[in-house]
Amino acid sequence: MPAEFTPSPLFERVERARRRKPVIRDSHITLAHGSGGKAMRELIEGLFVEKLRNPLLEKMEDQAVFEVPSAGRSGTRLALTTDSYVVDPIFFPGGDIGKLAVCGTVNDLAMAGARPLYLSAGFILEEGFFVDDLRRVVDSMREAATEAGVEIITGDTKVVPRGSADKLFINTSGVGVLDHPVNISASRARPGDVVIVSGTLGDHGTTVMIARGELELETGIQSDTAPLHSLVAEMVDEALKRQALEDIRCLRDPTRGGVATTLNEIALAAEVCIRIEEARIPVREEVKGACELLGLDPLYVANEGKLVAIVSPALAEPLLERMRLHRYGREACLVGQVESTPAGIVVMATGFGGTRIVDMLVGEQLPRIC
Amino acid sequence: MKYIDEFRQRGPALALAQQIEALTTQPFKIMEVCGGHTHSIFKYGIEDLLPPNIEMVHGPGCPICVIPLGRVDDAIALAQTPGVIFTTFGDAMRVPGSRRSLLQAKAEGADVRMVYSPLDALKIARTNPQREVVFFALGFETTSPATALTIVQAARDGVRNFRVFCNHITIIPALKAMLDSPDLQLDGFLGPGHVSTVIGTRCYDFVAQDYGKPVVVAGFEPLDVLQSIFLVVRQLVAGQAGVENQYGRAVQPEGNVRAREILERVFEPRDYFEWRGLGSIPHSGLRLKPEFAAFDAEVHFGLPGLQVADPQACQCGEILKGVKKPWECKVFGTACTPETPIGSCMVSAEGACAAYYNFGRLSKMAVRSGLKPVPLGG
Repeated sequence: MPAEFTPSPLFERVERARRRKPVIRDSHITLAHGSGGKAMRELIEGLFVEKLRNPLLEKMEDQAVFEVPSAGRSGTRLALTTDSYVVDPIFFPGGDIGKLAVCGTVNDLAMAGARPLYLSAGFILEEGFFVDDLRRVVDSMREAATEAGVEIITGDTKVVPRGSADKLFINTSGVGVLDHPVNISASRARPGDVVIVSGTLGDHGTTVMIARGELELETGIQSDTAPLHSLVAEMVDEALKRQALEDIRCLRDPTRGGVATTLNEIALAAEVCIRIEEARIPVREEVKGACELLGLDPLYVANEGKLVAIVSPALAEPLLERMRLHRYGREACLVGQVESTPAGIVVMATGFGGTRIVDMLVGEQLPRIC
Repeated sequence: MKYIDEFRQRGPALALAQQIEALTTQPFKIMEVCGGHTHSIFKYGIEDLLPPNIEMVHGPGCPICVIPLGRVDDAIALAQTPGVIFTTFGDAMRVPGSRRSLLQAKAEGADVRMVYSPLDALKIARTNPQREVVFFALGFETTSPATALTIVQAARDGVRNFRVFCNHITIIPALKAMLDSPDLQLDGFLGPGHVSTVIGTRCYDFVAQDYGKPVVVAGFEPLDVLQSIFLVVRQLVAGQAGVENQYGRAVQPEGNVRAREILERVFEPRDYFEWRGLGSIPHSGLRLKPEFAAFDAEVHFGLPGLQVADPQACQCGEILKGVKKPWECKVFGTACTPETPIGSCMVSAEGACAAYYNFGRLSKMAVRSGLKPVPLGG
């Protein structure tokens, strides 16, 4: 945004309201609280962080990075994360709940620049669930873990009466190690940085929506579920090679709530404006078409094998070249830049020539997408 | 995307904008009747391309926005009735009733399910024969034929546990009410595109003939909207008032005769129906004909049926009539946001306030300029 942006009193009033401390006022949990949008932020900040407060949790990243002190030398930095998977249906084109449960947790570790080491897996099974289906799910967990170079070293199994859960829920936790002194955090985005996405947006969420069969649509769209740790390792390596480790400011995997919500979180955490260009945003033709039919905006649709990177302008080109050599970064591209004002806001230059705000997701657009 | 991208191009848009500007010699107030147009106008920043003397007034054609509070309360009461599966379009889930929304009622235990079509609701009724399945029928002639068809199917197949809570409305009486309203001094209209696929274009003749205002039935892509504005302005400047059809690729002058036949067969006009903000409008609502009474939720269940006044802070009424702009409402963007809506205009993506909040607030809230797209390097 050029420097001439001068907010009107109304703009300031609305922004003040937008940044009010999130408080949860509802008396019951609604599906909106799990959607990845504003209501979920209220629940997390207004209840979980409020009651469980500590400096690591308060950072509200997708994983916590902490140091394990070791005698006589500086400690090892570890990343720890956890995620539960409730996707419906459990099998979908391009993946299943098992692959998702491994990749999702691996990706949360990778977004801190960590090398994933070990995973735990907790299974909540509904009475009556087919063992053959479970076998398939666990097979694909093994495959995904092999690709990600992690081992699942501990687990838990619970069976609940029919109706108390829907088929199968999986929780995975993961631990990874930070081999390099990276400092990757949403709050580090600064004016002048550029915004990169690693490939096409909206594939996963659209696939799952269609796989539910409620719309009787047939498409060739597949979920993008994939482990991104090796792509991140390449990116970190490129930065190291250029002695520009600090230039990778922030990495996020835009899952629920999509890229729009992720960019809003970054804009708020770093108090910057993120400006994207619609014409540069990569979306597959089939996904565009399906979203058009479903009334969805691909910017808000979940991805499970994509990352958003905020990096310095100097690193952008070499980094993009390096990313494009990786199988999960072939369609990596620059989609926008970071500016100073209006802080806390994501704006988009539309292909049509206008400029509009891209706010966080509101409501429960797509429940049980991951 | 083929057949879509062609209607979203910047070059032709700028050319049209220039033509509009060259034509416009005096201030004009043009109402886009349909919420779909409101959404496009804000989503694509069409107002930014218009000369300052053209004012777009956002009309009442957003079915979610005009449903009165009392009817939402009735819907929630139905959803909370033991044994009922209440089915609804997704948009309606978050509309605030006087105490709660359907989404909240669902969280509190009501069996509320989102469907994409009334036929899905009928399918739920067939697979749950021991439950009462109610469909929350909302919308103009775009959605009412599908409801009618579903009722006919249910009758044909003898489905006994399917009911419709009918809130279907018709656009022509509302348009007439707007034209008769002393508050509003409008110069011309963008006619609703999807509604007109059913009702055709001839039914707008009275607007031109009796009120002397031009109507252009418009498509929903940004170039459609701009071209339609151009056509309205061209008529105004030439001192003409006629009905034009910009959306010829979807709308026929006679509309969809079969859809209207099925509407005739199943529904009849109510004497009066209450619209949020606009009050009671004669013959503007539909109800099931007596021969289909078995499917009428209002007949089958006792409903509170209370008239409930809008919250005092809410100025949806003025906004729906186009008398006030969304940002002139005291609670806009502060107490009333898409996540915690007070008024219905903040709920639906077609509502003027939500469209404004989500897409438009930057340009209106910046003290002019500085908003031209900056080309990115790299």
